[in-house]
Parts: sequence; C-alpha cells; structure tokens
Amino acid sequence: MKQHICTHINGEAAEFLCDPGDTLLQVLRDNLQLTGTKEGCGSGDCGACSVMLDDRLVCSCLVLAVEAQHHQIGTVEGLATGDRLHPLQQAFLDHAALQCGICTPGFLVAAKALLDHNPSPTESEVRFWIAGNLCRCTGYDKIVRAILAAAENMRDSHAGAQS
Amino acid sequence: MQYQAPTRLDDVAALLASAGGHGRVMAGGTDLLARFAGGMPRPAVLVDIKRVAELMVIEQDSDGGFTVGAGVCGAAINENAILRQAWPGVTEAMDLIGSVQIQGRASLGGNLCNASPAADSVPALIAAGASCRILGSRGERTLAVADVIHSPGKTCLGTDEFIVSFYLPPRPARSADAYLRLIPRSEMDIAVAGAAVNLTLDDEGVVVSASVALGAVSPVPLLVPRAADVMLGTRLDNDVMVQLKSVVSASCRPINDKRGTIDYRNHVAGVLAVRAALIAGQRATAKERA
Repeated sequence: MKQHICTHINGEAAEFLCDPGDTLLQVLRDNLQLTGTKEGCGSGDCGACSVMLDDRLVCSCLVLAVEAQHHQIGTVEGLATGDRLHPLQQAFLDHAALQCGICTPGFLVAAKALLDHNPSPTESEVRFWIAGNLCRCTGYDKIVRAILAAAENMRDSHAGAQS
Repeated sequence: MQYQAPTRLDDVAALLASAGGHGRVMAGGTDLLARFAGGMPRPAVLVDIKRVAELMVIEQDSDGGFTVGAGVCGAAINENAILRQAWPGVTEAMDLIGSVQIQGRASLGGNLCNASPAADSVPALIAAGASCRILGSRGERTLAVADVIHSPGKTCLGTDEFIVSFYLPPRPARSADAYLRLIPRSEMDIAVAGAAVNLTLDDEGVVVSASVALGAVSPVPLLVPRAADVMLGTRLDNDVMVQLKSVVSASCRPINDKRGTIDYRNHVAGVLAVRAALIAGQRATAKERA
C-alpha cells in the first residue's frame, strides 16, 4: 500500500506517495523529478546520491523514502540561490573539478556539509571527508583544490560581511 | 513489506512478536538496505527504531557509566566529547566504519546485530566489558556484548527481541582503551584484522586490569583472556609486548580469503594488539596527568 509522506525538501514543504520499500533516491528522482541527485552504486559505496537528512550527510540510496516523514531533506537543487551559483558550484567550474559530472552533485552536497561543519578544513580533512564520494574522471585533485578555494572564498565573504 | 516506526519500546517488541519471525529491526539501514538492493528478500514487517527515544540517547550515570542507545549514529557518538574522552577506543572503532555518509546513519546496535566477523565496533565493546539491554515481548534481559554473536550473521536474539542500549561500565582513573584495524587503504574498507585493548594502570603505571578482543580473525569477534593476562602486573615493557604478540597470533582462527592469508592475519593481529596496548597505556597515563 502506498504511504503518504509529508516532509521538507530544500526548505519547502513537500509531500509524496511511495511504497514502503522505495528508497529516498528513487522518490527524489522518479516521483519528485529532482534528478540532480544521481544513482551510482545503489549500495552506499559511491556517494553520488548524497543528500542531507536533517543535519546529517547520508546516501539517499540507503534511506527509505518513508523515513523522510517530518524530517528535512537537502539536495543539490537547494545549493544555488536563483541564478546565483553556490561558491562551491562556482569553484568546481573555475577549477574544472568535473569531467563527466555524474559524481558532482554528491561531491557538492558532501563538500557543503563539510564547510558548514568546518569552515577552514585542511587538505587532509577535505580528503578524508570526501572518502565516501567516488570519481572515475578527475583523480580528485581538482575537486580538493575547488573545495579548498570555495572555503577560502566563503571565509573572505563572511569576513567582508562582518566588517 | 510493511514499514512501522513506533515511538515506544513496548510497541517495538509487540510488532516484532506479531510478525512471528518475519519482522526485522532497522536502525541506520546501512547494512540492511544495501542487502535489499542486492536482492535479499524483504521482511513482512520492517520496524524502524529511530523514533524511540530510549534508542537514540547517550547518557552518563552519576557513577560514570554510559548508556548509549542502540540506534545512535556514529557521528553523534563521536561528537560526544565526554564519551570520547572516557572511551577513546570504543568511539574510534565506531568512527572507522564507512564514510561520513555511513557515519550519519550506522549504529552500534546495527553493527553488532549484523554479526559480521569483521565488525569494527564489536571488539572494542567486548574489550570495554560492555553489556546490552535486550527487550522482547516476554521481558527484558542483559547480556555481555561478547555473548551476543552466535556465528557469522547470527545473533542469539529471539525473533521478538531487540537491543535497546549499550552500557559502558564506570572505570577507575588511569583507564583507557584503543582499537586499531588494518585495511589495505586508508579509508572505506573492511578490516583484515582488528584489535581492541582496554587497560587500567595503578599509580606506578603497572597494569592492574586488562582485556584484549580481536576482530576479523575468527568466525566471531574473540575475547582473548590469555593475552590480557600477559600484561597484568607489567609496565608494558618490550619483552611483555613480544609475548603479547605471540599469544595473540596463536589465538587467531582466521580464514584465507582475498583480504588476507591465515599467516598474514595471525601476524597482523599480533602487531595491532601490541600497538593498541601501547596506545591504551599512553592514554591511561595521559589521563593521570590531565
């Protein structure tokens, strides 16, 4: 039997019908057309489907859609503000931190979770944090550079806003 | 599959009992949902325990013991500075499991009930002398973590039973634990071997209590009292460490597989136990200074 789920996605109230066995990833993509979240392995190894569940970074392939009831979901679609890209998205473009792009939404959501939690990560902290996100194209280095550059940029803007 | 997310302990037990062996508990789902994706048949009733308050709290008793809810995720465990300070080995073992994404979901209860020989948190809990509170439709019982896993993938829990919480006992000053594992890379892999050591030192730095538990080197995580005995009454000097290594290596009963040969696992378990003992000893001494 379908279940009716009320949740919040990227800050807005959302509701959907799903089967109890549907993953959050399936519902985001197939029911809600939020196709920014990608399916990679489907078993929690690759991080392509990373989303925020309340304040935790999770793989949406390892979350049942029914679990979203009365929780907050954050996806890559929530990063940009209108036409203005999030500093992480801009840094990924500036540093050519993507090639095929299928891992990129997962990296962006994971990187945002890192910077929300630690605005000044070291390179080593960045590398450990993104260990759960796999990329077959870039060799990771440009992704690490982009995250570090975005962190610096965001700290500067924050300091600028405060002065 | 029917999904239930009760908010009361008794309802969890009642749901499992009425499912008559066709129910399954889900905490973080990081093992269970990956298995569903791999084609494992789904249970008739899936009971999500994350909305039950008792399963989601970390509390310190007045005597210093800790109660950790079976569904608390690894990230929350490692964000608790008091728990980390008291039980650095248990918390670091939990922290080694999977990625940040997995840490946002995976729990001690799930790691134990998944009953993998290579579970990282289980040797650390066993060395810590942890017990678990188990509730079923016919009542409650307490079991040592060391007695929960029966064989790979199997626990001694009845079909109507589930783990509510873990209890880490109060401990004297100058006590500390440590857990180390070997994986072929620095993150995101399954232990080839793991070793947990829990020590208490006296004022002179002499070991007055010790326990050693191993992972991934036998069908179930292994408590090795003989290895603990080697350290009692010593200051963990070199000759003691040589003896510890040989006792640990001789106690392993590993399999040969793609992750490691029997000889390699025996050797590595011994090396890890020695290193974990030295780290636990240093931590216990540092606590004295603190």
